[in-house]
Amino acid sequence: MTTHFAPASPSAVVSMDLITKTFPGVKALDQVKLDLYPGQVTALVGENGAGKSTTVKILTGIYQTDGGTIRIDGDPVTFGSPNDAAKAGITAIHQETVLFDELSVAENIYIGHAPRNRFGLIDTAQMHRNAAKLLADIGAPFSSHTQLRELGIANKHLVAIARALSVDARVVIMDEPTAALSHKEIEELYELVETLKAQGKAILFISHKFDEIFRIADRYTVFRDGGFVGDGLIADITEGDLVTMMVGRSVDQIFPDRDHDVGEEVLKVVGYTHPTEFADINFELKRGEILGFYGLVGAGRSEFMQAFFGITKPSKGLCRVNGDIKVIRSPAEAVDNGIVYVPEDRGKQGAVIGLPIFQNITLPSLGRTSRNGFLQLAEEFKLAREYAERLDLRAASLDQDIGNLSGGNQQKVVIAKWLATQPQVIILDEPTKGIDIGSKAAVHEFMAELAAQGLSVIMVSSEIPEIIGMSDRVIVMRDGLIASELTGDEVTPEILVRHAAGITTPTESVAQ
Amino acid sequence: MMRFIPVREAILGSAILILLVLVASRFSGFVAPSNLANVFNDTAPLIILALGQMVVILTRCIDLSVAANLALTGMAAAMINVAMPGLPIPVIIAIAVLMGAFMGAINGVLVWKLSIPPIVVTLGTMTIFRGIIFLISDGKWVNSHEMSAAFTGFPRTVFLGLPVLSWIAIFTVIVFGIMMARTQFGRSIFAVGGNPHAAVYTGINVGKTQFWAFVVAGALAGLTGYLWVARYAVAYVDIAGGFELEVVAACVIGGISIAGGIGSVGGAVLGAIFLGVVKNALPVVNISPFWQLAISGSAILIAVAFNARSGRAKGRIILKSAEATQ
Repeated sequence: MTTHFAPASPSAVVSMDLITKTFPGVKALDQVKLDLYPGQVTALVGENGAGKSTTVKILTGIYQTDGGTIRIDGDPVTFGSPNDAAKAGITAIHQETVLFDELSVAENIYIGHAPRNRFGLIDTAQMHRNAAKLLADIGAPFSSHTQLRELGIANKHLVAIARALSVDARVVIMDEPTAALSHKEIEELYELVETLKAQGKAILFISHKFDEIFRIADRYTVFRDGGFVGDGLIADITEGDLVTMMVGRSVDQIFPDRDHDVGEEVLKVVGYTHPTEFADINFELKRGEILGFYGLVGAGRSEFMQAFFGITKPSKGLCRVNGDIKVIRSPAEAVDNGIVYVPEDRGKQGAVIGLPIFQNITLPSLGRTSRNGFLQLAEEFKLAREYAERLDLRAASLDQDIGNLSGGNQQKVVIAKWLATQPQVIILDEPTKGIDIGSKAAVHEFMAELAAQGLSVIMVSSEIPEIIGMSDRVIVMRDGLIASELTGDEVTPEILVRHAAGITTPTESVAQ
Repeated sequence: MMRFIPVREAILGSAILILLVLVASRFSGFVAPSNLANVFNDTAPLIILALGQMVVILTRCIDLSVAANLALTGMAAAMINVAMPGLPIPVIIAIAVLMGAFMGAINGVLVWKLSIPPIVVTLGTMTIFRGIIFLISDGKWVNSHEMSAAFTGFPRTVFLGLPVLSWIAIFTVIVFGIMMARTQFGRSIFAVGGNPHAAVYTGINVGKTQFWAFVVAGALAGLTGYLWVARYAVAYVDIAGGFELEVVAACVIGGISIAGGIGSVGGAVLGAIFLGVVKNALPVVNISPFWQLAISGSAILIAVAFNARSGRAKGRIILKSAEATQ
């Protein structure tokens, strides 16, 4: 492993040197360095848990360092509070934008530093004038008087960026800004980043997506396990080398081989329709098949899955499970019919904090582990242990609080929970969203293994490589309708993007 | 590593013991077994209600109507006894429990089907229940001489050295211990409070679970309604006025997270006993009732602060070297 050092440049706006941060018993950052330059985008790269978030929190004054120096324009500074960092011109746009739904755009931009009139009261007119100018600068298509709640997530990002500019920020931190954006919105964000660069802002860009990093970053800095690995110019490095630096080993990004035959029909869905979200959804699913659902964010994929699973009510539609017509009116009925749904936001919708690991695993299977209405703890433990072992769950004890597990292991608990119900059909909604490359490969491996064992998988995904690499068949949804169904050689990035975006003629600019 | 809930119960248990030792050093008679049994008997209604409240709070709700429910069922039981003195006590108890459960079901339906915030629902029903007592009783009292001897005597009947009231509390604690640990309903309650979104995907109906939690709390309030009126041999509009807050306080002191999902039967019981000891011990050692309020209030704040501290997430283990030492 060679370590790359960029030539020292005196022009860095922010320079973090030998920064160390220790939590009780844990060193989160160990002598890392990070330099940010005016008018340049620096990508901070690392697997989950590499220390990226801690770095952002130190830069924005939420955490204080235990060692090392932060320099602004070469002068050492200490940030005792988020306020100090803001005064130094450092601002962050978070994964989940922190804004106020009930306030107007202008109020959101100027909350905390609104212009005052001579009586010390907020000068509303001046505030709206300033806000309108900022919004025009970044090309925002809405007025400063708009209520924030009326805006979509991409436009909320614009508000967050306008807010960053309103404090005269010199450093803008973007923490996975594209995670929830559709393809078109991402393009708009790139343009905005270019605008910010042109204005001389130093940008710290955190992303898991390599195409993004190579598209907009000028420099990179790699962290691994809380330590500094290397930095340099994007122009001097290849995607493969960056991955190697990040994971410390070469990861082959090849998807698992899947050459088994699919079996007979397990599920057939006919005419699912919802008054406002989707219409006329028909498809079938065979034993051992992985069916990909591709589409832009908001195409109605998750909405259909939730209705199919019985969480929301469709107005029309029925399904056939193993040849028998079934009406699924609630999640409990779906689970009874061997259909389970692993939702997108596993943090929020997955683990039950407060229950120990084994009780999390057995939660949907309690019918099988109880006798005469009483739960048999020994049976529960047995069931939980079986699936924990199958998934190679690393925990000191299954009686442990689930909150003490790492994210990856919590995810295993959530998947173990569903496998323990012995399902026939498993719906995975964005199974690898926001997780690092190493964990992604493990999830893909596992998915292939499940299919080989005869489980049918419906995989909702917005990541093209994953859709192409994993699916036997792909359904593309657009605006609540099925746009196309693709198999074999038809599944190419270009066709997927065209069908999802509704472009009828081939274009030269498609997603990489 | 020990789970932190038993640790919390151990700390609360120790606090109660220290309190007893302090009181005993001023007045040794307080810790005589017969007096401790009296204190427990006096705390029995609070223990029963705290268990019901615990179930509700665990599902991320709150029931402010329990004391009003208690007063209304108590009044109804007393009036039934006056009208039909021959009616056997088990029948009266069954009526009280069903009535209480029905009032709990009203709360539950409003929370489940209309999605009204529980604090608003139970604030409303609390006032309504008190109003109904006034309507059915015309604001008059039912006094001890109007009640039958069997009616007032039942909770005080001594059985194996303890009054029936105490035995009912002990029995309730055992039933709840089994229910929370060993039934699907108990597990659902933790799941609904711990992560309602996850519970939905697991096939648990969140609203329905909350509904049954209110029914359980209501049934216990109904049971306590009869016991209360029979024990004090009087029923009127304002009995147990403000008692709902003492019940919530017992839960909070006992480590039931007001945000739901975390708590235990042992915690709720100890929380109630702590308040019971404070209430009975302080007058004995000549401390004014105002201090009693201040001590109860401080106990709530200390308990919440303690839970907030122990519930705080630890730093993540990122360095491989740190992981090895765990």
